[in-house]
Amino acid sequence: MKESVKPVIQVKDLDLSYDDYVVMRKLNFSVNKGDIFIVMGASGCGKSTLLKALIGLKQPQVGEVLYNGVSFWAQDEITQQNIMRGFGVLYQSGALWSSFTLEENVALPLQLYSSLSASQIREVVELKLALVGLAGYADFYPEQISGGMRKRAALARAIALDPEIIFFDEPSAGLDPISSRMLDDLILQLRDTLGATIVVVSHELASIFAVGDKAAFLDTESKSMITIGAPKELLANSKDSKVIQFLTRGVRQGAG
Amino acid sequence: MSAEKIVLDYSIPKTLCIKLNGAWLITGGIPKVNEVITQVTQPKDIREFTFDTSGMDEWDSGLVVFLFHLIRECEHKHIQANLQGLPAGVQKLLTLALKVNEKAATDKVEDESFFTRVADKVLKLTDNMLSMLNFLGQITVAFGRLIMGKVYFRWDEFMVILQRCGADALFLVSLISVLVGIILAFIGATQLKLFGAQIYIANIVGIGMVRVMGAMMAAILMAGRTGASFAAELGLMQTNEEIDALKTLGVSPVEFLVIPRILALVIMMPLLTLYADLMGILGGFIMSITLLGLNPVEYWQHTQSSVTLSNLWVGLIHSFIFGIIIAVAGCFHGMQCRRNATAVGEATTKAVVSAIISIVIATAIITFVCQVLGV
Repeated sequence: MKESVKPVIQVKDLDLSYDDYVVMRKLNFSVNKGDIFIVMGASGCGKSTLLKALIGLKQPQVGEVLYNGVSFWAQDEITQQNIMRGFGVLYQSGALWSSFTLEENVALPLQLYSSLSASQIREVVELKLALVGLAGYADFYPEQISGGMRKRAALARAIALDPEIIFFDEPSAGLDPISSRMLDDLILQLRDTLGATIVVVSHELASIFAVGDKAAFLDTESKSMITIGAPKELLANSKDSKVIQFLTRGVRQGAG
Repeated sequence: MSAEKIVLDYSIPKTLCIKLNGAWLITGGIPKVNEVITQVTQPKDIREFTFDTSGMDEWDSGLVVFLFHLIRECEHKHIQANLQGLPAGVQKLLTLALKVNEKAATDKVEDESFFTRVADKVLKLTDNMLSMLNFLGQITVAFGRLIMGKVYFRWDEFMVILQRCGADALFLVSLISVLVGIILAFIGATQLKLFGAQIYIANIVGIGMVRVMGAMMAAILMAGRTGASFAAELGLMQTNEEIDALKTLGVSPVEFLVIPRILALVIMMPLLTLYADLMGILGGFIMSITLLGLNPVEYWQHTQSSVTLSNLWVGLIHSFIFGIIIAVAGCFHGMQCRRNATAVGEATTKAVVSAIISIVIATAIITFVCQVLGV
């Protein structure tokens, strides 16, 4: 059934670099509606740079990124901003606005882009915070809650406008296994309930196998994507030693 | 020390055997590699060196440090090291260290010539100036959108910034201004006393404070206090990806973060300057009455007659321009901040230094223009 689904994101011949330093070359992949797509690879391989290009923060040197068939970087600034309103982004650090309470953080997208009244916005914020398990924390400031809670609050902000695509940058980074698992469950629920397309940048194997429908492996040495497929299939069938080493956490022969 | 610890054996042709004796502990000191290297490389035909550690008692990273530098130096001279005679732990550590070194060496930047460095600095300066012009352009566009009501403006946040720029700075402004008033009065008194014209201290303090000193002292204070705080705040937001989060929401960080700060400081600077003027005159007044024994009524009358409205306007123009300079410098360096803790510190320093330099330059220009115009 999924073959007939149109891709929401298409990446074509994408080259990414910082000045003269090339990060990635000739990236090509697409993400279908409702898929959870994982971008994986070793630290420093360019995952977060790719994410920046996908969310409109970094213009690629060559190639294009299409959302529902529309080439993002070929559009004017206003159209780009309109496309970006369909994104929800969970940053690695959470990136909650520190001078705002959690309520104000989640409310801001609604105040900017909805015609809801103040009381309706409050109701939506309450719901979104409850969805991520933070009911009752509306008046707290980011500094007053734990790292895991901050990430969940940031997720509540990311889903405030029911975005079509949600991007996660290293969602498990710095979290204990239970919080990490909770976040994985939330990712699955968001896909199943909101029908969102999800892109996750991660190198956490547990998360990759728990949530990923499809995964792309970025290689630091060749500066390219060396394989793409379902994580479990990649583990079972991939012939590439780097992919096997990554997916088995470089387990030494004979161990365990 | 090296003579006891290191014995060189040249008995095998083209190969040097380095015998390591005694304890090789980091706390006991490490022999200098340079002293050994000359002996190792003296015979021209040496192509390889080996190790004999049968006489060695104990070792720690002190030995590894010595061998690491020795092997690297010898590799430069095309002499290969054979690690087999070393303890297994030392071999592993050296393999690890030398592998990292090889990788780092490929990324090593070659030493640049003087002219390259000068050219780099010039290009960097040009880049900075272009970035500043771009930033000023963005601010102008954002103000245009604010006037047309197209900017999402958070009034409650703006009020907090106003309070931080204004009310919270009152104590420091009071302290500095009173002291500046006292200093002006004291310096004036020592000179005017020679002519019996001490009452003109009121003129010096009044005109000095209202025309330039009140604005300048308040500005320097605000550059160190508020300009630095703007840079640190925005720099930290940059580091924490908070500004990225605004961008992906389709919100312009300049409209959302910079405009309220510039507006707040531009509003508060003239008010703070008026307050600083008053406090400076008060300081001069206290000094003149208590220590110099001047008549308070006479002093007050002299102040009133000497300080004209044009002096006040010149002071307010100074403060308005200073407000823009401090806020723009603080916000610009904050927004340009890279994503690490050191960069936040650098951004803060740059914001304060560039603001103070610009304040002094602006004062010189305004003073010159006022002289030309006869104001």
